[in-house]
Amino acid sequence: MLVRYASVPASAAPIPPVRRLRDPGGSPGSVTTTKGHDVPVQELDRVTIRFAGDSGDGMQLTGTQFTRATAVFGNDISTLPDYPAEIRAPAGSLPGVSGFQISFSSSDIHTPGDAPDVLVAMNPAALRTNLKDLVPGGAIIVNSDAFTPPNLAKAGYASNPLGDGSLKPYMVFEIPVSTLNARALEGLDMTSKQVDLTKNFFALGVMFWLFERSMESTLRWIEEKFGGRAIIAEANRRALNAGYAFGETTEIFHTRYLVPAALLAPGTYRNVTGNEATALGCVVASALADRPLVYASYPITPASEILHQLSGYKSHGVKTFQAEDEIAAIGAAIGASYGGALGLTGTSGPGMALKAEMLGLAVMVELPLVVVNVQRAGPSTGMPTKTEQADLFQALYGRNGESPLPVVAPASPAECFDMAIEAWRIALKYMTPVVYLSDALLANGTEPWRIPELEELPDLRVPDRTERAGFLPYDRDPETLARPWVVPGTPGLEHRIGGLEKLDGLGTVSYDPDNHHRMSLLRAEKVARIARDIAPLEVFGPPQGDLLILGWGSTYGAIRSAVERLQARGKKVAHAHLRHLHPFPSNTGEVVRSYRTVLIPEINLGQLRTVIRAEFLVDAVGFNLVRGKPFAISEIEIKAEQLLGDL
Amino acid sequence: MTDQLAPSAADAAPIKLTRKDFASDQEPRWCPGCGDYSILAQTQKVMPDFGIPREKIVFISGIGCSGRFPYYMNTYGFHSIHGRAPTLATGLKLARPDLMVWVVTGDGDALSIGGNHILHAMRKNVDIRVVMFNNRIYGLTKGQASPTSELGQKTKSTPVGSIDYPIHPLMIALAAEASFVARTVDTRVDHIQHVMERAGFHRGSAFVEVLQNCNIFNDGAYRVFTDRDVRDDRMLVLEHGKPMLFGKNRDMGLRLKGLRPEIVRIGEDGISEADILVHDETSEDPTIHNMLARIYWPEFPVPIGVIRNVPRLTHDQLVDVQVRDAIARHGPADLASLLRGGESWTVE
Repeated sequence: MLVRYASVPASAAPIPPVRRLRDPGGSPGSVTTTKGHDVPVQELDRVTIRFAGDSGDGMQLTGTQFTRATAVFGNDISTLPDYPAEIRAPAGSLPGVSGFQISFSSSDIHTPGDAPDVLVAMNPAALRTNLKDLVPGGAIIVNSDAFTPPNLAKAGYASNPLGDGSLKPYMVFEIPVSTLNARALEGLDMTSKQVDLTKNFFALGVMFWLFERSMESTLRWIEEKFGGRAIIAEANRRALNAGYAFGETTEIFHTRYLVPAALLAPGTYRNVTGNEATALGCVVASALADRPLVYASYPITPASEILHQLSGYKSHGVKTFQAEDEIAAIGAAIGASYGGALGLTGTSGPGMALKAEMLGLAVMVELPLVVVNVQRAGPSTGMPTKTEQADLFQALYGRNGESPLPVVAPASPAECFDMAIEAWRIALKYMTPVVYLSDALLANGTEPWRIPELEELPDLRVPDRTERAGFLPYDRDPETLARPWVVPGTPGLEHRIGGLEKLDGLGTVSYDPDNHHRMSLLRAEKVARIARDIAPLEVFGPPQGDLLILGWGSTYGAIRSAVERLQARGKKVAHAHLRHLHPFPSNTGEVVRSYRTVLIPEINLGQLRTVIRAEFLVDAVGFNLVRGKPFAISEIEIKAEQLLGDL
Repeated sequence: MTDQLAPSAADAAPIKLTRKDFASDQEPRWCPGCGDYSILAQTQKVMPDFGIPREKIVFISGIGCSGRFPYYMNTYGFHSIHGRAPTLATGLKLARPDLMVWVVTGDGDALSIGGNHILHAMRKNVDIRVVMFNNRIYGLTKGQASPTSELGQKTKSTPVGSIDYPIHPLMIALAAEASFVARTVDTRVDHIQHVMERAGFHRGSAFVEVLQNCNIFNDGAYRVFTDRDVRDDRMLVLEHGKPMLFGKNRDMGLRLKGLRPEIVRIGEDGISEADILVHDETSEDPTIHNMLARIYWPEFPVPIGVIRNVPRLTHDQLVDVQVRDAIARHGPADLASLLRGGESWTVE
């Protein structure tokens, strides 16, 4: 979860061994009590579960429901859905497998977990694609009804893994989910296909029992979702209850597991995805700036949810516009900003490429604008549902001419809220377009978010220029170098702006060589001065030492967890995470020069590293994996150990 | 006229402005003899008629010779990038329905690089007036073929003749469901004024094609039917509710023969005025409008005037309806409850 709200002090206190599910009988310190039908309850610190099934099996919903119940229970959580780009790949096939991972803990956690402890596999394909990730000795819960010869063949199994001994290293729980669920729904006026669609809730009921979660939030959800369709609501309720009751009565489980609530900072919490938090941050920024929000966007994975969210906020005065293409979307956003609103657009890498010319226009006309890029694996169409951080160069340099603009990047799903407000703060105060780099991992991942009181948030109001005396369209604030924001409708200040070079001050078209040079410097200086106005780069760990791990964006969780582990072993390792990629916080050079080695893990081939080396002449080392998936904590840990060993 | 819903900006206190009030301090810089001067002059002339204060009017352009237009209007203006003016206009109208927004564009800007935006601004009935200067050439880049250049037209980029079939701009506007479609010509001063005024009073997406002469790179493109001595016989001036008559003696007209138009002469073969098609610009059915957008010299006279004009709710009006509905249904904005969302919990 978000570090700034964490209650756990950021010190390097020794961390006791973590009690995980795979330890038979529990590691020292685990508490075993007895509850219910004489099934012992084992207390664990952290559990990671992956729900996997056919993309039509409702695994995302199952995972989301488990997450809600777990969030309300009070664990710290982190989740990550993993779904195929195809909406419905052939049933039972390997490409059609959809997964949802949740990690929940009694202490502060930063990632959805390297490897699941529990795998819920609804069919053979789900088992086959996910088994390699499961920890040794982990638990597998399968719908044994789905292990039919045709399904086994589709998954490429020569023999049934449930009978051939290949799953021996794991704890396997075979449950005939389809049969038991159908029995529970007997007597309801439903087709067998409809009945089968509810089997995911049977599995969910089993998991609720196994991990001592309350079914209340899911029962409420069923009521809200299917209230008007009594039979469907009843079927889902029965499926859920039947799963729970099966856990209680069956003898296949010998233990239940309890992960106690985490010590979160006091406050009101909810669970958010990064895309939700981005949308909420922009709505709040609009309220803080006392100007309406106009969101213009073209559908693109993984950014579309922002459009869906914001289009539901009409009563907040939010206007959304589904544009005909990516260019129209940013054009409309600039038009809205020109009119005095908060013009916002959102997209992913390929769309960002199309917006480049308009971004240049926004730089030239110096209007506030925020462009959200939810990065995905590229180049070209790449892997649309998979995460990557390879659009940093594009954000920094991807325009013609000298075209500087600020770039910010949230580090966790919940932090998307804060960084959206920060992006708007910069855009409004400095009259500049801002690029906000999220990614698929942040967009779809969730974590608990402490809902701020509105009084905690900055005042974003900036005045419109209405004063006629001495008005010049390209006059500048002496401190920020921002030009005045004059909106159409202001009497006496009629003027023309556009993409042609402007005469300093007057703002008329100018081809004067010295003026162009001066304006280029002014535009660069305006953005550079933002460095004075942003939080310094914070260091977690020793202020000098052997190794600094420097990151940006969604690698935060994996880096922080790795550094915590290294520090617990007495290593002099620090972590710093950049939220501002342009300009950098003013102490960045000082920080990166204070360690013998700087390691920069990125899900690209070394983009931040190139910038850091160029800017500060520091021989930073890269750790770069572009697999469309996040770093595992252990990968960063091992890389850091290697570097420390070489010192 | 049913289309003459006054723009909301007209609700402001009545003011008396003159043509001069709309001329900016910038000296127009087009080639001497360019048709753009006439369009600019007539536009400045009709602007006071709308009764809208200058600060409530915005001209947005793209790239090309037409792109300079906003610099010469003493209103708010935005000279944007190639083909994209409709997108800025759409966003501006979304944020500021109170403004009167004009888009000035050309045949290359609107129909080549910006074709997609024209289609969608029109179909959404965004309350903007698009004025497209059609000179059938790329002027600012010094004479390449444009999407309206004629088949076989020799230009710098088509030295042995264009092999591309030209677009009929008004067909595009009609296909895109523009609620107001008109054509005028740079040499007919009164007619430009009339059409610009009609477009200005229209509420919704208006598309005006101005046949404009580029005297440097495509001189005389329209002379064959616009020259004073032939224009009455070769152009059809449309008027709502009037028969489609043309000719020096107004004795020629259009009638339908099956699905096709034909030219007939009053008094010949028993033809009387009653046989002539009567122009109905407000017809929801676009069949005759499509025909008028398609016919052209030399087979037919070139129609000018308002071809289509149908009242429809505009994009900003529909957006506003949804916002009001949402507030009526969910109550006014409550940020705190929005942030709490469906499921929140409290840690003491």
